[in-house]
Amino acid sequence: MASARRSAARLTRNAFFGIALSVQEYFALVARLLKSCVSRPFYRRDIVQQMDTIGVQSLFIVVLTGLFTGMVLALQSAVEMERFGATIYIGRLVGASTVRELGPVLTALMVTGRAGAGMAAAIGAMKVTEQVDALRTMGVDPVRRLVVPRFLAAIIMLPVLTIVADLVAIFGGLLIAVVKLDLTTELYMRSVYETLAQSGFILKFIPIDLIQGLAKPLAFGAIMAATSCFYGLRTSGGTEGVGRATTQAVVTTSILVLAVDYFLTQILIVMFVQ
Amino acid sequence: MNDQPIGSGEPVEPNAPDEALADEVRAELRRSLEAEPAEPKKSEIVELRDVWLSFGAHQVLNGITLGVARGETVCILGGSGVGKSTVLRLILRLLLPDQGEVMVEGRDISAVSYVDVLQLRERMGMVFQGSALFDSLNVHDNVAFPLVEHTDMPDDAIFDRVREVLSFVDLVPEDVLSLLPAELSGGMRKRVAIARAIVHEPPILLFDEPTSGLDPITTRTIDELILKLRSELSVCAVVVTHNVRSAARIATETALIKDGQIIFNGSPEEMFACEDPYVRSFLS
Ligand SMILES: Nc1ncnc2c1ncn2[C@@H]1O[C@H](COP(=O)(O)OP(=O)(O)OP(=O)(O)O)[C@@H](O)[C@H]1O
Ligand SMILES: [Mg+2]
Repeated sequence: MASARRSAARLTRNAFFGIALSVQEYFALVARLLKSCVSRPFYRRDIVQQMDTIGVQSLFIVVLTGLFTGMVLALQSAVEMERFGATIYIGRLVGASTVRELGPVLTALMVTGRAGAGMAAAIGAMKVTEQVDALRTMGVDPVRRLVVPRFLAAIIMLPVLTIVADLVAIFGGLLIAVVKLDLTTELYMRSVYETLAQSGFILKFIPIDLIQGLAKPLAFGAIMAATSCFYGLRTSGGTEGVGRATTQAVVTTSILVLAVDYFLTQILIVMFVQ
Repeated sequence: MNDQPIGSGEPVEPNAPDEALADEVRAELRRSLEAEPAEPKKSEIVELRDVWLSFGAHQVLNGITLGVARGETVCILGGSGVGKSTVLRLILRLLLPDQGEVMVEGRDISAVSYVDVLQLRERMGMVFQGSALFDSLNVHDNVAFPLVEHTDMPDDAIFDRVREVLSFVDLVPEDVLSLLPAELSGGMRKRVAIARAIVHEPPILLFDEPTSGLDPITTRTIDELILKLRSELSVCAVVVTHNVRSAARIATETALIKDGQIIFNGSPEEMFACEDPYVRSFLS
């Protein structure tokens, strides 16, 4: 009994140290990554290629996500609002919830499932086939060559994709509003505008909501790229290891995105809402 | 009884009149023999001194000492998982020893700075066990990689150089240049990997099982390639291999690893003459 308890204690301790060590390694990677972002050499061609992989190739799923999210939001709220005869506020609801929350978060989750998994798998496969070592052997820093382009591409493309998702979601809401609820386009759009105007503007024309809605994807892009590359680079154990790394990358990124979303929201509210 | 081999038609040169000359020769020989031990220390390009390494609780190397001089080819032999690849990784400083020193061109590589490591690695070419060609780049870009990264060579000069080394490894440049690694056979991949390792003419070459899984003819071609590299570029090479016959063909020195230690170190002839039961069983 005592020995079982002791070995359980040891297991827990080892697991704890394992996690602590991983967290430390993670931040070491992030530090190296940030340092490499601001110093030569840059691999411009790789950045453009990654922007294509992360951005352009994710466009389709992001559009679909935005469309259905906007439509279902309008549909759900219509049921409630019709009871109070408040369907003219549909635009407010769709606009506020997509721009502030659902646009950034759902885009990040969808892109993680697609591009984040791809990053972990690609780097993981390179790791287990010794291509990462081959890079190092040829005097090339894998962080600079493999991680930095993905990181930069992710923090550029995620905000762009989020804007696309927001616009499509608002359009999806419009479809439902016009087709199902007999609202006019103008009424719906005015209500969307009103909710964005409500929290105010920066420099008179940039809605604060949009700043929130873009600060988030910037952070999510960074988290996705850093986490996926982290798991990719520490892949071991052949093809099975690649599968494991991919799963871990997606799960960890998704949880981090949701957690960071909460804390970022808190911070942004403190900063912008007086 | 006559000392002479039976059947030798040549009359024996009587050595009595040349007594003095013979003495001189003997003295010269003795001097060179005495100088011998100090000599290789200076010319060792790669040297491992009492290197110990473990992965967690798994002790892999227990005091490996090995030297490779210019123009020498050392073959490392041993069973699967004894740490042959690990030795190459140590030389490349992809791993650091727990204890002992790894010297490359007279420098202790544990002590060199990050920038110097990159420079050091440019002086080495490595052929990985699984070739490790970059999946996303075609053959030309793979082979050109070290040149693109580290030289200011113009594109057409790089192109010419790539074609040159591809021919050197017996590939037809026109046929393979634009292919992706996935479109090559295992033997072709190995040869492209060798081309990539030698394209920037490094003085140190490391081969991890360059002939494993290849047919005897391709194996022979690659062995001849390694011999050609030694005679034409006078590189210093470390070759890990399972193939005893290859080792006999290409090695100037062999090292047999067992239980984390070098249990035999000597020329291939010495290895084949060795009485040690493990060496014998490994050779048979
Ligand atoms: N990164 C690592 N982490 C943990 N253990 C490792 C690692 N790399 C190698 N090992 C262990 O070290 C030992 C030596 O591995 P190494 O790859 O050097 O063997 P090898 O002699 O090249 O074998 P083979 O002929 O099969 O290629 C093996 O037992 C392996 O399990
Ligand atoms: Mg090996």
